[in-house]
Amino acid sequence: MDKTVIKIKDITKIYKLGDIEVPALCGVTFKVKKGEVISIMGPSGSGKSTLMNIIGCLDRLTSGEYILDNEDVSNLDDDQLAQIRNQKVGFVFQNFNLLSRSTALANVELPLRYAGITENRIEMAQKALESVGLGDRIHHKPPELSGGQQQRVAIARALINNPAIILADEPTGNLDSRSGDEIMELLLGLNKDYGTTLIIVTHDPKIAARTARTIQIFDGLIKESKS
Amino acid sequence: MNFLQTVNEAWNSLYSNKMRSILTTLGIVIGVAAVIAMIAIGTGAQDTILNQISGIGTNLLFIFEGNEEDSSITVSPLTMQDANAIGDVFAAPHVELVAPVIQGSGTIKFSGETKSTQIFGVTPSFQAVRNYELIEGEFISEENVNGRASVVLIGVDVAEQLFGQSENLVGETVTIDGQPFRIIGILAPKGGGQFGSQDNVVLVPITTARSRLMTREQGKVDIIYLKAISADSVPEATSEVQEILRKRHRTDLGEDDFTIYSQQDFLTLASSITNVFKIFLSGIAGISLLVGGIGIMNIMLVSVTERTKEIGLRKAIGAKKKDILIQFLTESSLLSMMGGILGIILGWIISALVGSFATTQGVAFQPQVDLGAILLATVFSTAVGLFFGIYPANKAANLEPVEALRHE
Ligand SMILES: Nc1ncnc2c1ncn2[C@@H]1O[C@H](COP(=O)(O)OP(=O)(O)OP(=O)(O)O)[C@@H](O)[C@H]1O
Ligand SMILES: [Mg+2]
Repeated sequence: MDKTVIKIKDITKIYKLGDIEVPALCGVTFKVKKGEVISIMGPSGSGKSTLMNIIGCLDRLTSGEYILDNEDVSNLDDDQLAQIRNQKVGFVFQNFNLLSRSTALANVELPLRYAGITENRIEMAQKALESVGLGDRIHHKPPELSGGQQQRVAIARALINNPAIILADEPTGNLDSRSGDEIMELLLGLNKDYGTTLIIVTHDPKIAARTARTIQIFDGLIKESKS
Repeated sequence: MNFLQTVNEAWNSLYSNKMRSILTTLGIVIGVAAVIAMIAIGTGAQDTILNQISGIGTNLLFIFEGNEEDSSITVSPLTMQDANAIGDVFAAPHVELVAPVIQGSGTIKFSGETKSTQIFGVTPSFQAVRNYELIEGEFISEENVNGRASVVLIGVDVAEQLFGQSENLVGETVTIDGQPFRIIGILAPKGGGQFGSQDNVVLVPITTARSRLMTREQGKVDIIYLKAISADSVPEATSEVQEILRKRHRTDLGEDDFTIYSQQDFLTLASSITNVFKIFLSGIAGISLLVGGIGIMNIMLVSVTERTKEIGLRKAIGAKKKDILIQFLTESSLLSMMGGILGIILGWIISALVGSFATTQGVAFQPQVDLGAILLATVFSTAVGLFFGIYPANKAANLEPVEALRHE
């Protein structure tokens, strides 16, 4: 079996603002093996989020080839991409992106509902929340939780469908250093315990130092180190 | 996704914006209440009118002079002799009673009080033909007719206006158009009708009416009322009368110069008029429902804009277009369906209030809220929500996930 989860070849992403073309990625090629932990670093505006959105099938690439978990996802339609995001990708955002009117449990359960799963959803969501250490907060709504706890809910939500990869775009960016550390421990622990493939965008060299591999991006081009 | 859960989620979302949801619903509430109340009132009015017409008597026929389809023919007027001929049991065995009438209006006075009223010049058979009952006194007799007696029966409205009472008036003298008349009886109330109160009338002998109150050619009458022996024999009575009158008016070959209406003709006419009236009212009510629907569309569009980020997040974790579409359509239909239910209740209350107001005004009129109208209102209001939800829901479903997530 092929151990490669992500195979990206020469992809570009060009934003069009009226007549002006803004190149955000200018030919990026790399592979990610199953179970790897990768950090992505680079100056602001270098294209990190753009790359993450493409890896997560949230956005379409302008040219190039992308194979995710042995499936060519370069030319899928909107609903097929939605299904890929649901099944193969778990997102952790800098600003958590939880539904503020729903409980932690309902937030974590949501991907199961979009997956069309009808049975044991509550139990599965509860287990996921327990695994991120929030077993006693399942009925709290996001405004009733601390930043670190909200990010744990988001991680539980990202885990719930057993995705091939978890993408975290500056997951500690909105947290103080202590809860930031706890979140990093949690993410790295998932990799250690379950072999989850992790890609983390960060500005913090200390976090990058804890990952086995770091990809540097400058102006839409990558330069690997530690690989 | 499970249906109940979808509804529950839509409910929570509407509930979290209580005030806005209620105000949005108001448009539909008013629209549906208007539909329900208008249909109920229209149906009630129709029932009342048809009942009143039926109340005149189901085996009644009316003969007028002239032909409503062809006004160019020369008309010989209806006469007392025509009435007598129709009254011949051998020529018209299905006719039970004949009552020739001349009618007009005038002013009746008693010591300073006056009232404008309808005046009927009648014969004794008029009482049985129109089912008049008397509070006191006697009806006009043959002798009254033959002697052109200056006697009068008055309706209760007239009695109340002139005397402030409707009893113990027999023997009083009133003046009609300046001529003195002695009261011989008071007519029992028949209730209001769509053609004005049936109690604002006075009856005088037909001969007296002709010679003193209204100028008519000798022997001419305005209408001949007749009563068939039963409701079933109305068609036979009609053809017997036609035959007699054609012979007498020598219209055997040409067009009839008279027209016979039956009770049924009036019923048909009245129900077609009231149906138009009902459709007109419902149309107006329907427009307000439409306005309510536009209100829903407006608020749903605001809601989509406000929740762009939420939509982006849902898409990021796997919501398909269909999921977002259903979510927003459920919200808009739920919103308008609740408006529909509240509107039905409000419409019901309005109908009941109108009904009791009518009762206090002495009009026997009961608005009818029927199941059909309720079903129609529920289905229609939900459909309005669905229809006006389509555009906003589509807008939400077609958002680009990255753009939506970046939205603040
Ligand atoms: N929707 C867009 N339309 C036009 N240009 C865009 C759009 N999104 C990103 N860009 C441009 O693409 C480039 C890369 O942006 P991106 O968000 O990927 O940077 P980043 O590395 O994530 O930066 P940061 O560290 O600040 O998050 C930037 O120059 C940005 O201006
Ligand atoms: Mg970024």
